Amino acid sequence: MTLPTFRADDDPGPSFLDVLRRAGGEPRWGALPRDISPHEITHGTTVAAIRYADGVVMAGDRRATAGNLISHRTMEKVFPADRHSGVAIAGAAGPAVEMVKLFQLQLEHYEKVEGGELSLEGKANQLGQMVRSHLPAAMQGFVVVPLFAGFDVRRGVGRLFEYDVTGGRYEESDFAATGSGSLHAGTVIKMGFRPQLDRTDAVELLINALFQAADEDSATGGPDLVRGIYPVVATITADGFERLDDTEVAEHFRALLDRLSTAGTTTTGTSPTIDGGESR
Amino acid sequence: MSMPFYVPAEQMMKDKADFARKGIARGRALVALFYADGILICAENSSSTLRKVSEIYDRIAFAGAGKYNEYDRLRIAGVRHADLKGYSFSREDVDAQSLANAYAQMLGDVFTHEIKPMEVEIVVAELGGDATEDRLFHILYDGTVVDEQGYSVLGGEADSILERVKRTYEPGRPLDAALRTAVAALTGGDRQLVAEELEVAVLSRNNGRRAFRRLSDDEVARALADQGGETPGGEAPGGEAADSQTADGDAGQGGETGEGQDS
Repeated sequence: MTLPTFRADDDPGPSFLDVLRRAGGEPRWGALPRDISPHEITHGTTVAAIRYADGVVMAGDRRATAGNLISHRTMEKVFPADRHSGVAIAGAAGPAVEMVKLFQLQLEHYEKVEGGELSLEGKANQLGQMVRSHLPAAMQGFVVVPLFAGFDVRRGVGRLFEYDVTGGRYEESDFAATGSGSLHAGTVIKMGFRPQLDRTDAVELLINALFQAADEDSATGGPDLVRGIYPVVATITADGFERLDDTEVAEHFRALLDRLSTAGTTTTGTSPTIDGGESR
Repeated sequence: MSMPFYVPAEQMMKDKADFARKGIARGRALVALFYADGILICAENSSSTLRKVSEIYDRIAFAGAGKYNEYDRLRIAGVRHADLKGYSFSREDVDAQSLANAYAQMLGDVFTHEIKPMEVEIVVAELGGDATEDRLFHILYDGTVVDEQGYSVLGGEADSILERVKRTYEPGRPLDAALRTAVAALTGGDRQLVAEELEVAVLSRNNGRRAFRRLSDDEVARALADQGGETPGGEAPGGEAADSQTADGDAGQGGETGEGQDS
């Protein structure tokens, strides 16, 4: 490989994507065949994030599906984007993981070339542009919808951003969820959310949300106690991106399961009894 | 009709080499050397924004001496080369040797084909899994690559600084002591450099994936203040040193930074 050099008036600047485009290595999702069925494509599902006192906590289940089959049990959907930010993905797994890889590179490349990090706002916009350039593939069914969260070191707060397939970028003040189980996960978080939650409560709420999403959505994986596979949970604070240890996540799930089973909430098959069943 | 003058190839190469060497000699020097946890690069540089030492990749660092705009262009090309290679293959396939060769090709081409050679010297450092795998490639203005063992010196007065490093260098020193060795070699004991006039960075095996880390002025000052019973090359006690440092510092700045591009 020779050194990629450009004329001063033709320089791609600090954007790795532009350098990659010039080198001809850019992934082209636009030119896909139109008749791939969703059963052939691996999909990732529920991811969610909550703002809490120290920053943001984000989590994602581990299941990847192809149609109604489970194609992967240990997929990771929550990634560090750089030191102070993270990205979580839902949608077509191949393009999504590729997008994360490029996004991570883009941020690191910028930092090295320019000698300083992008602002959190700048990072969020970059990801929005990447989602937008993926739109042609999204229109053919290969939708990628990320969540972006980070600690804004200039303002000293955690912030989180949602996207739609067109690259629309929406900053959320409290929490965000995306993917097939996001309706359920979002509702659970909405019911339990309070501003300035502490770390334990925020993690607990998020884990509860993922559990309930997995309970209702077949494409979302719950905790796999047999194989010891648990959702990925990570905090992003002033100290940076930190993934929680599996044992800590497992403890939270065990506590949740204990709570649920002692409360006797296994209501399967019994009808709701508002009047104590006297009306029958 | 005018006839082009015939210039023998030897003469042309010699003129170009002299020109490049002169340009490099105007810049201030830097020292790269191995220490206990990796590789230390210490440059004399009073600017805190125009960097001479930078990160290229996870375990690769770059340092340049000579004309700032020229080595900075090389630095950016190196970052692009490394990131493209890491993207198309894998992160562990990015190595300093292929980067050094690419730099050598480019510098060699410019030296042969262009009217003006690049007035730069660069060093590409790579951190290995252990000390025996650490690499230091020194690339000259004409594309010559030197695989250095233990240390490398670039920039103005490189010869006398190299002599001093040779005398005092020992492998496996802790960071503070290695830094004092480097600074003593840069100054030669007849002047002093304070932390603000130094740019110091390390590739350390303790830094995780991205091994590159810059040392803050405070860290550098602490390391230099703590003499640790060993002062290689330096003999001046505190009071006198402070005096001579201000005097030399002023003289150095007035004389050297005529062109802001040279650093």
